[in-house]
Amino acid sequence: MSRNATAKTLFVLIIGIITVVSGVQFYAHRHYRLPIVAGPGVTGVVDLSRYSAGLKGTMADTKVFILEGKEPGGKALIMADTHANEPDGILAALVFIENAVVEQGTLIVIPQFNNSASRYTRPGDGYPLFYEIPTGWGAKRFRMGDRGASPLDQWPDPDVYVHYPDRQLLSFLDARNTNRTWPGRPNGPLMEQVTDAAMRMLKRERVDIAIDVHGAETMFPVTNCIVAPERSMRIATMASLTVTAMEGFENHVEPSPQGFRGLSHREIGDYSETLPFLLEAPFPFLDQPTGPKTTDLLLNGKDPFLLSLARQGKLFVPYDESGWPVDKRVGQHCSVALEIINQYSIKNPERAIRISSVPRYADVVRNGVGFYYHDPAKAPVAAVFHD
Amino acid sequence: MDIIMIIYYIISAFVAGLLVWNFVREKEDRERMLLYLVVLVPFVLRIFRIE
Repeated sequence: MSRNATAKTLFVLIIGIITVVSGVQFYAHRHYRLPIVAGPGVTGVVDLSRYSAGLKGTMADTKVFILEGKEPGGKALIMADTHANEPDGILAALVFIENAVVEQGTLIVIPQFNNSASRYTRPGDGYPLFYEIPTGWGAKRFRMGDRGASPLDQWPDPDVYVHYPDRQLLSFLDARNTNRTWPGRPNGPLMEQVTDAAMRMLKRERVDIAIDVHGAETMFPVTNCIVAPERSMRIATMASLTVTAMEGFENHVEPSPQGFRGLSHREIGDYSETLPFLLEAPFPFLDQPTGPKTTDLLLNGKDPFLLSLARQGKLFVPYDESGWPVDKRVGQHCSVALEIINQYSIKNPERAIRISSVPRYADVVRNGVGFYYHDPAKAPVAAVFHD
Repeated sequence: MDIIMIIYYIISAFVAGLLVWNFVREKEDRERMLLYLVVLVPFVLRIFRIE
């Protein structure tokens, strides 16, 4: 065999091994099924395709957890993983699913709103495929996803995404971003079908408030805040003032821009009776000038480059050597969501939603978020849902 | 899966085939041999619907 033929064989072997190893990892990531233990308050679990049949059998279909109280009242929706690379949302959503007891009204939780995006990873950024949250019974493993849906499920991207129905021109990437495709349409691209199904659910179930949980860069001004349109502003302001005064973390309100279309905090309010709110907590992992995108950075939020920038006053949130750990971020989301529901209930007693057994900021910081997750191996089989 | 997506997979398979054919035909330049294979990887992962 000539030297070039030997080199050729060697190259095929090396690249073949790289392809198989990476392929197995990507396959395991896309098909990993997260166990979610339905807590004492869960009274039903349905698929989002119940509201739009086109989603059935696709990777975009996702579980909807319903927690109905004994007393009639209002209805609140909490949705997470709209952006599946902002993990604090799903971590907070699972705290609600696994612990909340609803005494009055109904709580609906969609923990993986953009299910397809949670099964995809950002090309070129070296994201970890998984991260683990320590619990009393071992580590709970989660998929780390991307901002947009997987191209395996929605492709090709257009040159420019023309928003429906306003026809505003958005980035081509936003065609796969479920925080740009609201209110959606049943025969549009798959992600428009996802938001359309959610709009149908909001209307059919007469949901009073919708809380969309996100994470944001520390260098982005819209962080540590509630984004709210005009109709939601009073409740958002009261919730923000209350958590800031009572719970000791910074929070403010950002107005939802009227001219920027496709966002949940804009379109849900414009196209339904539901009051939308979008929560942001600082997530240093998303900032561009950081070191490697490791699970340590994801969980602890510690980065020397961000620390340097904080000392130069370049960040929009307080930042020191302690970083911005996951327990603080999830605790903030739990407290702000609970306070929005509380403020809505005070102003609308006939549509009140009363929830207990959900930890607030201080509890999550003290105990760690993993404290609130139950062992799927010890839970009754009927109470464990894989998504 | 809509028609555009199917066409995309056909195009991907065609490009992958071209890369394999060029790799087979390359007899001298080792850098090119390696380059054809490296470029082939994402096409293979997409055709098999892995990533």
